[in-house]
Amino acid sequence: MREFRYERPATVAEAIRAVAHDPEADFLAGGTTEVDLMKDGVFHPDLLVDITRLPLRGVRRNGTMLQVGALTTMEELAADRTLMERAPFVVEALLRGASVQLRNMATIGGNLLQRTRCRYFRDPAVPACNKREPGTGCEAVNSVARMHAILGASPACIALHASDVAVPLSALDAVVHIQSEEGERLVPLTQFYLMPGETPDRENVLRHGELITAVDIPLPPEGTRSIYLKIRDRASYEFALASAAVAVIMDGPVIKEARVAMGGVGTIPWRGFEAEEVLREAPATPDTFRSAADGTIRDPFVVPGTAFKVELAKRTLIRALTEVTS
Amino acid sequence: MTTLTVNGTEYPLDLADPRVTLLDALRDRLDLTGTKKGCDQGACGACTVLCDGRRILSCLTLAAQCDGREITTIEGLESHPMQDAFVRHDAFQCGYCTSGQIMSAVALLGENRAGTDADIREYMSGNLCRCGAYSNIVAAVREVARHA
Repeated sequence: MREFRYERPATVAEAIRAVAHDPEADFLAGGTTEVDLMKDGVFHPDLLVDITRLPLRGVRRNGTMLQVGALTTMEELAADRTLMERAPFVVEALLRGASVQLRNMATIGGNLLQRTRCRYFRDPAVPACNKREPGTGCEAVNSVARMHAILGASPACIALHASDVAVPLSALDAVVHIQSEEGERLVPLTQFYLMPGETPDRENVLRHGELITAVDIPLPPEGTRSIYLKIRDRASYEFALASAAVAVIMDGPVIKEARVAMGGVGTIPWRGFEAEEVLREAPATPDTFRSAADGTIRDPFVVPGTAFKVELAKRTLIRALTEVTS
Repeated sequence: MTTLTVNGTEYPLDLADPRVTLLDALRDRLDLTGTKKGCDQGACGACTVLCDGRRILSCLTLAAQCDGREITTIEGLESHPMQDAFVRHDAFQCGYCTSGQIMSAVALLGENRAGTDADIREYMSGNLCRCGAYSNIVAAVREVARHA
């Protein structure tokens, strides 16, 4: 690990100022990605601004909205009763991510910003990684790939966004509060992440010195049923090969309203707008589910190691839809 | 000067170089070597300790972040029933992951998550045992949970 300075300012404003005025500075929250990548030599900030004691922690209900402080840990959010009652698929996604130890450290703001698990990104001995070193190419496209993206991917980058909780949060149209020296702006999570395109090093709309302070989770109407189905190589403590977050409102055998997002398949948490169109006012039948899956997993970019994910992802969504509507 | 409180004792710590993880501070500065360094990258759980009563990974925590926090390590348990149960059920072979397993299991009891064997397996999944003593670990945790 390269040397760095450590500061723990007492206020949000001071923390933002400290990072904003040093181009090599970074915020430090739970550290579960950041400290790991610093040890690996992927990150080398010259200043770490510890924000873990700032008053950005806790869950508040505001009408039909849950406002989650950015420093609320994954375990704390998973224990929220309102969330459990109204949007259990968010709790399921939280509890199927990482381990208890990591979830006691990892914050909700940090979770949204977690970096890809792509082994080539995480290994500075690999020269080609457009995300780590723009313009150097993509080793994953030409080498062994498996835990990689098939949607939103390009020959420049197939790195997967590995968050679980960001998947149901995308489905619910969560909103990210972003604070900077200039003030606050709100960005819907569905517009927060950037596709890799030719600039895989830019993963989201955050500018240097901007801090996520809260995430608003709109609560779905009462009577909504939801599920988070995660398919992986091990039963626990493993990232998704494919996952589906689905929320529906049923009227007898007909789906009145549906929200769909998928994880384990995209360079960003993948909102299934096409699937939602197909499902709305449609009968809950295998044909409907298959069309929804075909609409979501459209024009995949696959390499030999990820080709299996096309059908796996579709079946994951079909199974989630089958379970949540029955 | 940073102050680390470990098992109720306060230790002053010079962190002029803040790269020191909690794990390295415990082992190399405070000579509390019960906490083990397995992968050192947050994957194995061998370094599990409690911070203000919650289980965390000391390898991904900077010591500087623990200023004023209450850290509990395996040395702070003092004949916990979980330790006896691990011995009785032969819940280890090489023993390297055991401190982390026990710290995690003790936290699990406090979280009220040891209701079924499936729950024990799920909520202990952050602690790997390469010897594969899992079934005996589950038996040890089950026994203490039933008598708690």
